[in-house]
Amino acid sequence: MPRIVVSGNEAVAFAVKLVRVQVVAAYPITPQTTIVEKIAEFVEKGELKARFINVESEHSAMAACIGAAAGGARTFTATSSQGLLYMGEMVFWAGGARLPIVMAVVNRSIAPPWSIWCDHNDAFAVRDAGWIQFWAENAQEAMDMVIQAYRVAENEGVLLPAMVNLDGFYLSHAYEPVEVPEQQTVDRFLPEKTPAPYWIDVDKPMSYGTIANPDYYMEFRWKMQRAMDEAARVIREVDEEWERLTGRNWGGLLEAYRCDDADVGIVLIGSWAGDAKEAVDRLRSRGVRAGVVRLRVTRPFPARELREAVEGMSAVAVVDRSLSPGLPSVLSAEVKSALFNAKRRPVVRSFIAGLGGRDVSPKDFERIAESSLKEGEPAEVTWIGLRGVAPW
Amino acid sequence: MASLPLTPMASPVKGSAGLTGSWRTERPVLDQGRCVKCLLCWLYCPEAAVVRGEDDSIAIDYDYCKGCGICARECPTKAITMVEEG
Repeated sequence: MPRIVVSGNEAVAFAVKLVRVQVVAAYPITPQTTIVEKIAEFVEKGELKARFINVESEHSAMAACIGAAAGGARTFTATSSQGLLYMGEMVFWAGGARLPIVMAVVNRSIAPPWSIWCDHNDAFAVRDAGWIQFWAENAQEAMDMVIQAYRVAENEGVLLPAMVNLDGFYLSHAYEPVEVPEQQTVDRFLPEKTPAPYWIDVDKPMSYGTIANPDYYMEFRWKMQRAMDEAARVIREVDEEWERLTGRNWGGLLEAYRCDDADVGIVLIGSWAGDAKEAVDRLRSRGVRAGVVRLRVTRPFPARELREAVEGMSAVAVVDRSLSPGLPSVLSAEVKSALFNAKRRPVVRSFIAGLGGRDVSPKDFERIAESSLKEGEPAEVTWIGLRGVAPW
Repeated sequence: MASLPLTPMASPVKGSAGLTGSWRTERPVLDQGRCVKCLLCWLYCPEAAVVRGEDDSIAIDYDYCKGCGICARECPTKAITMVEEG
């Protein structure tokens, strides 16, 4: 298995080549651009036999992907931030149309104020679109995740689009050694697509996206939920198969790091799980039993797995890199909702941090974990590193 | 529920939404004497309610014509006029 040094974005582009994507339609936006630049290079050199469609906007990019996927092509696009928002209407369409498009979202904060730096609000803005939402921790996982995402999305019991999220700059532009799976391994793991029941057939013309009045609409939505339930099963299964092929198992729906005897668990998504793990190692060397629960997938939300991972903990610290003004933490709300009916549930403390690329250090995670173990009513939310009101 | 497709899709069938001509408030009336068979009305009709004959003469299918008036607007010889229903 060749080992190369690549950025997270290049790792995604290599994965797109390995899965033999047939249609790519994309519009440039920082920090995503270098993904589709690299893919364009593969296509130009003839290393990837794909149609690269230049479009005038992200809305059109997703519209082109929808047409291509409905025609049966393996389809890819990538975007970030404002681009994802502009694409929004078509993102929901792809979900309802049950098209297994895979999209890399290189997470970047939303304007104003303008910022090209990382947070997770862009992907959370479309969390109800009927897309599977994966979150990578490092470049290797981003590569493996794109390959796995196609396998999950194209599963006949799933047939939903999948979004692979990777943190802007922390992953997209940082270089790491990555093991590239052999082409034959990927070909075996992900064979050619089997026809879906809705593939466009010119000999049998159909109307797509037709109206469904109140007597039918709800059933289509129910089918999407059932497909998400099935996706949870398939994600676990596919990750286990990936381990047999490559030796790498990422944990299925979530990764529980040093959680077995932990008193406190830090729950989060994305690349800063590395800093949290570093903090946990330091805490444990001082006798504090801490762990990290890194969700790899937020749709389908791994409620059962989360309950199992935090069982026996007295406190859980949810660290959210997004903000829903007025809530304020979506990730905390979802974690609390998953734990509420558990027989023994930990205190859940909620932290907002890292918005717009604000740096968060392992030291911060140490403090987050230790402060979460203290007795007392949990604050509604604690902001980390906020000018003038930071807790430390 | 099993009989529903995965995603909303349907075979196109004439009249699947009923006799939509009943939505009309004005009807296009054709003066065959002025018609030069240019077929612009047939091209422009958004509902395919202008029926083209073998000799390129046209007729209007009042079962489905919604009375939008595009044919009358496009007709270069003013062979179609809109007349209020009722």
